[in-house]
Amino acid sequence: MEKNARHYLIRHIDRPLLTLVGLVLAIGLLTLHSASGGDANRTIAQSANICIALVLMWVVANVPLHYLSRIALPVYMLGLILLVAVEFFGEVVNGAQRWLDLGFTRLQPSELMKIAVPLMMAWYFDRYESVLRGSNFLVGVILLFVPVFLIVNQPDLGTAILVAVAGVYVLFLAGLSFKVFLLSLLIILGSVPFIWSNLHGYQQQRILTLFDPSQDPLGSGYHIIQSSIALGSGGLLGKGWLNGTQSQLDFLPERTTDFVFAVYAEEFGLLGNLLLLFLFLAIIGRGLIIAANAPTLFTRLLAGAISLIFFTYVFVNIGMVSGILPVVGVPLPLISYGGTSLVTILFGIGILMSIQTHRRLVQT
Amino acid sequence: MSNNIELRNHQQELHFFHVRLVVTGVFVLVAFLILLGRFVYLQVLQHEHFRLLAEQNRIKVIPVTPNRGHIYDRNGVVLAQNYAAYTLEVIPDRVSDPERVIDQLSDLITISQKDRQRFAKLLESAPNFSSIPIRRRLNDVEMATFAAKHYLFPEVQINARFFRHYPTDELTSHVVGYIGRISKRDYQKLEAKGQATNYSKSDTIGKNGLEKMYEKDLRGINGYDHVEMDANGKSIRKIRSVRPIAGNNLILSLDANLQHVAAEAFGELRGALVAVKPKTGEVLALLSLPGFDPNRFVDGIDSTIWEALNTSEYHPLNNRAVQGVYPPASTFKPFMALAALELGKRDPTYTMHDPGYFILGNSGHVFRDWKEGGHGEVNLRKAIVESSDTYFYELAHDLGIDAIHDFIKQFGLGQLTRIDLDGEANGILPSKDWKERRFKQKWFAGDTISVGVGQGYNLATPLQLAVATAALANKGDMFKPFLVKQIENSQTSAIKNINPEKTREIKLKPHNMELVKEAMIGVTKPGGTAASAGYASQYEFAGKTGTAQVFSMKGGEYKEEEVAERLRDHGLFIAFAPAEDPTIAISVLVENGGHGSRTAAPIARKVLDFYLLGKGPKLKNRNKEESKKD
Repeated sequence: MEKNARHYLIRHIDRPLLTLVGLVLAIGLLTLHSASGGDANRTIAQSANICIALVLMWVVANVPLHYLSRIALPVYMLGLILLVAVEFFGEVVNGAQRWLDLGFTRLQPSELMKIAVPLMMAWYFDRYESVLRGSNFLVGVILLFVPVFLIVNQPDLGTAILVAVAGVYVLFLAGLSFKVFLLSLLIILGSVPFIWSNLHGYQQQRILTLFDPSQDPLGSGYHIIQSSIALGSGGLLGKGWLNGTQSQLDFLPERTTDFVFAVYAEEFGLLGNLLLLFLFLAIIGRGLIIAANAPTLFTRLLAGAISLIFFTYVFVNIGMVSGILPVVGVPLPLISYGGTSLVTILFGIGILMSIQTHRRLVQT
Repeated sequence: MSNNIELRNHQQELHFFHVRLVVTGVFVLVAFLILLGRFVYLQVLQHEHFRLLAEQNRIKVIPVTPNRGHIYDRNGVVLAQNYAAYTLEVIPDRVSDPERVIDQLSDLITISQKDRQRFAKLLESAPNFSSIPIRRRLNDVEMATFAAKHYLFPEVQINARFFRHYPTDELTSHVVGYIGRISKRDYQKLEAKGQATNYSKSDTIGKNGLEKMYEKDLRGINGYDHVEMDANGKSIRKIRSVRPIAGNNLILSLDANLQHVAAEAFGELRGALVAVKPKTGEVLALLSLPGFDPNRFVDGIDSTIWEALNTSEYHPLNNRAVQGVYPPASTFKPFMALAALELGKRDPTYTMHDPGYFILGNSGHVFRDWKEGGHGEVNLRKAIVESSDTYFYELAHDLGIDAIHDFIKQFGLGQLTRIDLDGEANGILPSKDWKERRFKQKWFAGDTISVGVGQGYNLATPLQLAVATAALANKGDMFKPFLVKQIENSQTSAIKNINPEKTREIKLKPHNMELVKEAMIGVTKPGGTAASAGYASQYEFAGKTGTAQVFSMKGGEYKEEEVAERLRDHGLFIAFAPAEDPTIAISVLVENGGHGSRTAAPIARKVLDFYLLGKGPKLKNRNKEESKKD
């Protein structure tokens, strides 16, 4: 009886994935504790976030796949409606209309689309599995670009790009031909000047300061300069836990959220970075293996897309902190402080686990 | 069959999907390799660069002002020192609204308008992480009041600071000078000299007098605190500090007691007095009256006091002893007499008749003697003893201006003495060349006549007169006058002596020198113009009175009582003593003091009495507590 209960608890948990995620979460808590300057409240709050997100992950992992495919369309539609609502009733924060005030909480519908868009596209392609044609891909592109357009319009370029990238992963995995990809790439490159002129001033500035942070050392360049100093001064072995001067003395901005990696890199050095990079790579690898073994096109596409979205977050965040990508507000998965990000990521991990563990049931 | 196709399609599709997965896997790997490359670049290749940047981020270097060197007189009397006092200070970075803090503080202790102004000024110039004083020099009551309420002002700190203090205030104001807050110009000058690194912009610097001239010695060397600070400028801890090296002490040749005696002798009179040691050039006294209280400048001077000092018709800020120029008048005569003897223009036995005036050749221009009716039959000795103008009118005419200029130039009149004080004036020893340069005018024979009695274009500083008198006392050997005799190293207490510098050996025949000296001794004896000043002296001293015209009465008779005080004659007196082996030479100028025998000579007598006999009022030891009260 007891054995049964235990079996029931871990039946839909993928152990390799759970181990890797657990390790990264532990590293995240350690780093967060250091980044908050010994203030235990943040660490405790984040621990609570982790517990909630893990429970959610467990729940999702236990949800059979066909439920997932069933909610794809409603979730997507809900997301679209909310985006349109933001367009008309959204709250303006920092010059961008991104939030929807529900009275008890504020909602950022663009966050929802990060999952809803690949889910919807995977569901759509799955429906036409055997006969995917050009027209299907066209519909896929439309499914992708309607929300992307709405998000760009808010304006929230960072999220728009992430959503677009997630959709592009699905298109790629679903088999859109290389030729079309190359052609689109050329079109995008060709339209760079046009996009540039349509960017907002602060967006242009962020990109410009990426190339030369010293241009604006106290403004938008400050983040990049200080995080580069943190990384660089960390050296091979780092300054040791709780001993990073850049982080402990307040020089690093947003060091519990978007720039938490700089704290980690300063205190644990290149060796620490190698370890973390390896763990992330292992999580992504495990996700791709789950995708490869997935029973249906829907699950294959979804697992692949989730793994690659995870990768994109990691790459964009670390790239930004180490100064090779512009400063866009992307948290580092599993490490940055914040409930939303954790819930979203572990929701995705839960889906991966569900796909992996319900596979045999589908096949049989 | 159809099942088969579907299966194959399925297999094909799966294979196709796996290829795509591999492609994305490679893509992920490449992206991570890029990140890895970036890490290696930042953390290995550029590590040293970023390590330095991180250090510069967190460690701020705060200069620590060294304790300024003290200034003592030749007997160890303190002329300038530092004392510690408590100040209330804030660090601008840590206070959101300093004005509000000051307003609240002013309910507790007095904060003057001047304090507020100084704070505002420093707020502009000083770096944000340095501590800026709100109120300085708290007394015990204020300290106690504030300490009790300190918890209300967590951002205000109590610090002990050193303040400059001049215990002898007015007495030595023109010699010692004063320090003040570094101005923009001061700082630029320091930068030009490459010394700016030793100062912070909120420091003080010597503005005047010896404080300015010996700034480099007095200043010392800045120390540094290396303080770890967070991004908000809050200091976390002191990492390392380099102690400042205190400035060196100055020991002067000046005798503050002698100076005090001189000042007492002047009483309410204005003027200057310089006393030097003939055999070395050491300056024993250098007084200019009225003086001012240099302590008022230390903390940034009050604008109303500054205004009053600057616009006073008596110019207390001017150092009359080195910056004031006056006609030497009859004190010029001994030098004229020497010129006549050395150049063979007069024989001691030569006698002329003095009717009370001199008529210049055929121009018919009349030059009057100060004594109506004249001095009768006059030889060289009598001409000095009684100060006959007519004798020297005639002599000047016979010598000619160029001979006068070339001979007397040797005594340094009309030239800088190169004393170690700032702002020294040149004076004028007139010549044909000089007039040509200055006025683009020819020299007239009449010009020479007034020069012969130290009037006309003649102008000299009291210091020049003292130095020339010392040369006379020293039989022609001249020394550069100097105030700082020794510099004491603050670290080792080693003393560096400033050696006397002989500037010239004037060739004088001993019997000529003896003759003039004997005549100058006669001046202080019965029958001489300074007989009353020399009355019952226990030592012999040589002197010469002088009365410089400020205002010329064209055609009229000069009656002292009828002339406004400011237009009255200046009284002068030069002297050296004891006559047989002089140890002191002195020049006294009393502005608008009338005849030199009446005002200047008695002052000189008192100074000589004190120096040679120890008679006179003693300088009270004024300590800082006493003068701090004002």
